[in-house]
Amino acid sequence: MPLIRNGVLAENIFADAADGQPLPDGPVIVSLKRFLAERDTLLARNAPLGVRLKSEESPEALGEDVARLKLIVLEFLKFRDGRAFSWARMLRTRLNYRGEIRAAGDVLTDQLAFMHRVGIDAFQLPDKITLEMFRRALDEMSNVYQPSADGRKTIRELHLYQSLPR
Amino acid sequence: MYRYDEFDAAFVRERVEQFRHQVERRLSGELNEDQFKPLRLMNGLYLQLHAYMLRIAVPYGTLAARQLRMLAHIARKYDKGYGHFTTRQNLQFNWPKLKDVPDILAELATVEMHAIQTSGNCIRNVTADHFAGAAADEVEDPRPVAEIIRQWSSLHPEFSFLPRKFKIAVSGAAADRAALRFHDLAVEIVKNGAGETGYRIYVGGGMGRTPYINYVVGDFVAKPDLLSFLEAVMRVYNEEGRRDNIFKARIKILAHTLGQEEMCKRIAREFAEIKASGTLQLPAEEIARIQAYFAPPAFEDLSDEMPRGDADFEAWKKTNLHPHRAPGYAIATISLKPIGGVPGDCSADQLNALADLMDCFGLGEIRVSHEQNLVLPHVRQKDLPAIHARLKELSLATANAGLVTDIIACPGLDYCDLANARSIPVAQAIATRLAPRQNEIGELKIKISGCINACGHHHAGHIGILGVDKKGVEFYQLQLGGSAAQDAAIGEIMGPGLGAHEIVDAVERVVETYLSLRRNGERFLDTYRRVGAEPFKNMIYREQLHAAH
Amino acid sequence: MADAQMLTANRLADGDVVYWRGGSWVESFAEGETFATPASADAALAAAQEFVARNLVVNPYLFEVRDRRPVKERELIRAAGPTVRADLGKQAEGLAAAPADAARDFASVPHPPAREKEDDVSI
Repeated sequence: MPLIRNGVLAENIFADAADGQPLPDGPVIVSLKRFLAERDTLLARNAPLGVRLKSEESPEALGEDVARLKLIVLEFLKFRDGRAFSWARMLRTRLNYRGEIRAAGDVLTDQLAFMHRVGIDAFQLPDKITLEMFRRALDEMSNVYQPSADGRKTIRELHLYQSLPR
Repeated sequence: MYRYDEFDAAFVRERVEQFRHQVERRLSGELNEDQFKPLRLMNGLYLQLHAYMLRIAVPYGTLAARQLRMLAHIARKYDKGYGHFTTRQNLQFNWPKLKDVPDILAELATVEMHAIQTSGNCIRNVTADHFAGAAADEVEDPRPVAEIIRQWSSLHPEFSFLPRKFKIAVSGAAADRAALRFHDLAVEIVKNGAGETGYRIYVGGGMGRTPYINYVVGDFVAKPDLLSFLEAVMRVYNEEGRRDNIFKARIKILAHTLGQEEMCKRIAREFAEIKASGTLQLPAEEIARIQAYFAPPAFEDLSDEMPRGDADFEAWKKTNLHPHRAPGYAIATISLKPIGGVPGDCSADQLNALADLMDCFGLGEIRVSHEQNLVLPHVRQKDLPAIHARLKELSLATANAGLVTDIIACPGLDYCDLANARSIPVAQAIATRLAPRQNEIGELKIKISGCINACGHHHAGHIGILGVDKKGVEFYQLQLGGSAAQDAAIGEIMGPGLGAHEIVDAVERVVETYLSLRRNGERFLDTYRRVGAEPFKNMIYREQLHAAH
Repeated sequence: MADAQMLTANRLADGDVVYWRGGSWVESFAEGETFATPASADAALAAAQEFVARNLVVNPYLFEVRDRRPVKERELIRAAGPTVRADLGKQAEGLAAAPADAARDFASVPHPPAREKEDDVSI
């Protein structure tokens, strides 16, 4: 499963630790449930920590600890479940999260542009989605109507800019 | 009407190419049907009983002559020579081929049309009062608001995979001609005590299996705050709408489960944050810029002088005209419900002829109403006889707007994969039976749906009919007393379903009951509200033959 | 006599309704193959999956027929075309052969001259 971060293929340095399994050394991703249960131990470790959120789990459950997480994985169990788009937005705005937000799971190429716009900056994709397809997906629509986490100029802003006296 | 700038035009063109690529990937197998289905739905493409169906967006029901011509061209080139106007002001083609759809969309893009988000779990076509900009009772033209919402909702990155579809309607008049109260979200333009104009926002209405009338979540939202407020509503819905059960996934369920107080609280929290961030605030200049596109035509200085004509013209005047805010003008409804015809259908020839008529009389716009009729919003009264004569030649002069033969019917089992029963033949049979008495009967809105999805809006019919399937046989359930106007109400079910051979008689008995009980020329709806369901129930089932199923 | 079954699907590229016949698809209901036993019907449905995998058809399914006529209204209409437009669909192309008289139950209407299931709420 290739990992794409900031538009390029990247190495995944995080290990997934299932609930109940002993934690490996180094960067690790745990479930929200495990994080809430073993919070102190996990945060005391001298290694980057990530939390994996299911679609029904709001990042608000992480409280103020969110700032101490290097990585948040948003699971897309079914591509139709669009809650994680709002979780990403929430992380970037209300929770002011600056770390990596990674999408993983049943992701359609056709959702990638939307994900990128709401502030997801890393993608763990099914094997058949190549880097080339990823880049193409992001470039398909050059103009957007809504302001979003990506800070892109909206069509209205472009229009305004155009009509300014030079 | 709104005209695309280069960015809007590029947006639609690129969307076409995106879909073209998606179709290629489907035909090559790179995408399977399960993956492709939400993508094609977001471009308005269904797979129906006989063929694909393409639903083309008509934003707030407004069309120009050149757009009518393009629709006619597409009907001829890619379809079977006709289209169907829907209860959300859109147009449907029933026979496109998947491999042709990218080309169809490319041609539509040349006249600033598209099929973006006319289906799928996203924000759908934003509808508005079909008398916008013309009606005498208007506070403010709702279409600039609808256009602003349309842009904001187009390919919104956060809200393209909602729990379910989301329908928005806008109105700017005291009379509700946009069926606001049955929408997921409705915007009503209102004036406050200080004479300022703002928006009353409703949330949680819907038809379908469990109909609901929406409630107020924002009594007076200031103009600059509109999109911030809407974004707040959408975020609450996207985060908390149910995804476990497709029949409980609309915002109406969330709104009525949480209750008004809690819902308002959650929206308020999001709204405060979004507003504070400033990213979605609407400057007055932007609102003014969009409003400028909808400036009315320069009305001539005329006085009210309704011309007289032959019996047909006089009859048509009585039913199909509505008062205009400018003296000497009228709003004319073109009925797409010829007696015995297919409700809402329009042939390519008719579309071309209407475009010519518009050019001939200097009419820049035509509207589609959610009642599946067309409207010419700004007609000079002195032009009415000539226009009527031309419409008559085109079989578009049926004098029945709002009457019992002006029936709304979904395509039903004749076309639709989701349907349980046919609706069009029921509409035809009822119209034929009651046409001779339609003027005597007066205002009576019949709405027919072929299945629980309620595309015929049967819950809001004065008489509503729902087609159901009992072991492969068509049955029809009768509801009375619904209304889609500002006195919104959900119709009451009268009793068990009636067979196809009984339903027309039953409707006739309902009408006769009304006529026998009516006082002072009151409408059917008023009689029903005054006397209640009992007299009607008794008459409906008086002679019923219950098939033993 | 127990009901027989037939197999239908939609062609992917153009959406046309097709019927299974001897390992392939035909456009006319009249030429479609009838399965007298559930076993033969299921075998055909299984074989049809190959056409799905090859992206030629979508959503193949079996339906009941009696005396070479669909039992359900829906399949009658699907085989012939819209009952309200005799000039459209298979009935107008000589491809039907199930009688298109499904409009019989409604009070007689002058038709315009020549033109159980699960709730799927994906509309």
